Amino acid sequence: MNMTELPAWADWLVSSLIIIGALFALIGSVGLARLPDFMARLHAPTKSTTLGVGGVILGSIIYFSVTTAFSWHELLITIFLFLTAPISAHLLAKAGLHLELKRVANTRDLRAQPNQYSDED
Amino acid sequence: MSKILPAPYLSLFLLIFWLLLQNTITPGLVVLGCILAVAIPLYTNRGRDFPAKIHKPLKAIEYFFLLLVDILISNLNIAAIILMPSRRIKPALIEYPLDIVGEVPITVLASTISLTPGTITAEIRRDGRALMIHALNVEDHEKLIASIKQRYEMRLKEIFKC
Repeated sequence: MNMTELPAWADWLVSSLIIIGALFALIGSVGLARLPDFMARLHAPTKSTTLGVGGVILGSIIYFSVTTAFSWHELLITIFLFLTAPISAHLLAKAGLHLELKRVANTRDLRAQPNQYSDED
Repeated sequence: MSKILPAPYLSLFLLIFWLLLQNTITPGLVVLGCILAVAIPLYTNRGRDFPAKIHKPLKAIEYFFLLLVDILISNLNIAAIILMPSRRIKPALIEYPLDIVGEVPITVLASTISLTPGTITAEIRRDGRALMIHALNVEDHEKLIASIKQRYEMRLKEIFKC
């Protein structure tokens, strides 16, 4: 099949969704490089990728629904992403915390008893 | 009923999951899916030592859509922070006192915090009554805690009745 089969509205919609998705994936990657410390860097890939992948998936659903048959199984990717993104972020944050990685100087520590979060006695 | 269907929501989820994987709906696939949706929870149920009951399914669906919208906003937020070169971020480690109890509700809340604007859950306090949150850019942490409380925790409290 080729792209010319798509009606004009679907063509515009699919291409803009894919470009928006790619843009957010790119911003997530830029954030990974630009933000100052480990904990801050974690924020970029966990959040921006959801919209990045989401845009591409929506584009894919619309493209295949218009050209071939109604297609929903791309939604599984979203489900898996929503399940795994917070867990991997949590594990990475936990590892960073216990290894006591350097934080940027203006990070405020507002915990009442920081030792309650560490393994050391 | 509860003997055949020990976890009705898990069964429903498995059935939908199965049909999504197949990407078509035919009577044969639905029957096979139903058999799997009953058999798998029966087999895995002995490994479930964290009972959680959803008391308000409608509220849970509302919560899901609220979360979806918040994730979109959070994406735009983070993108703005990344792209603005001059903006100085103000990270902070915040202690978030928990009102809800139970492993499943706290896990859901922690995941919600990780997915929504500028916050990531890093650790739970030893006594299990507070979460440690890393916030990317926060002015007033009291306000952040209050907003998480009334936006998510109150709803979870209603959904799980805990």
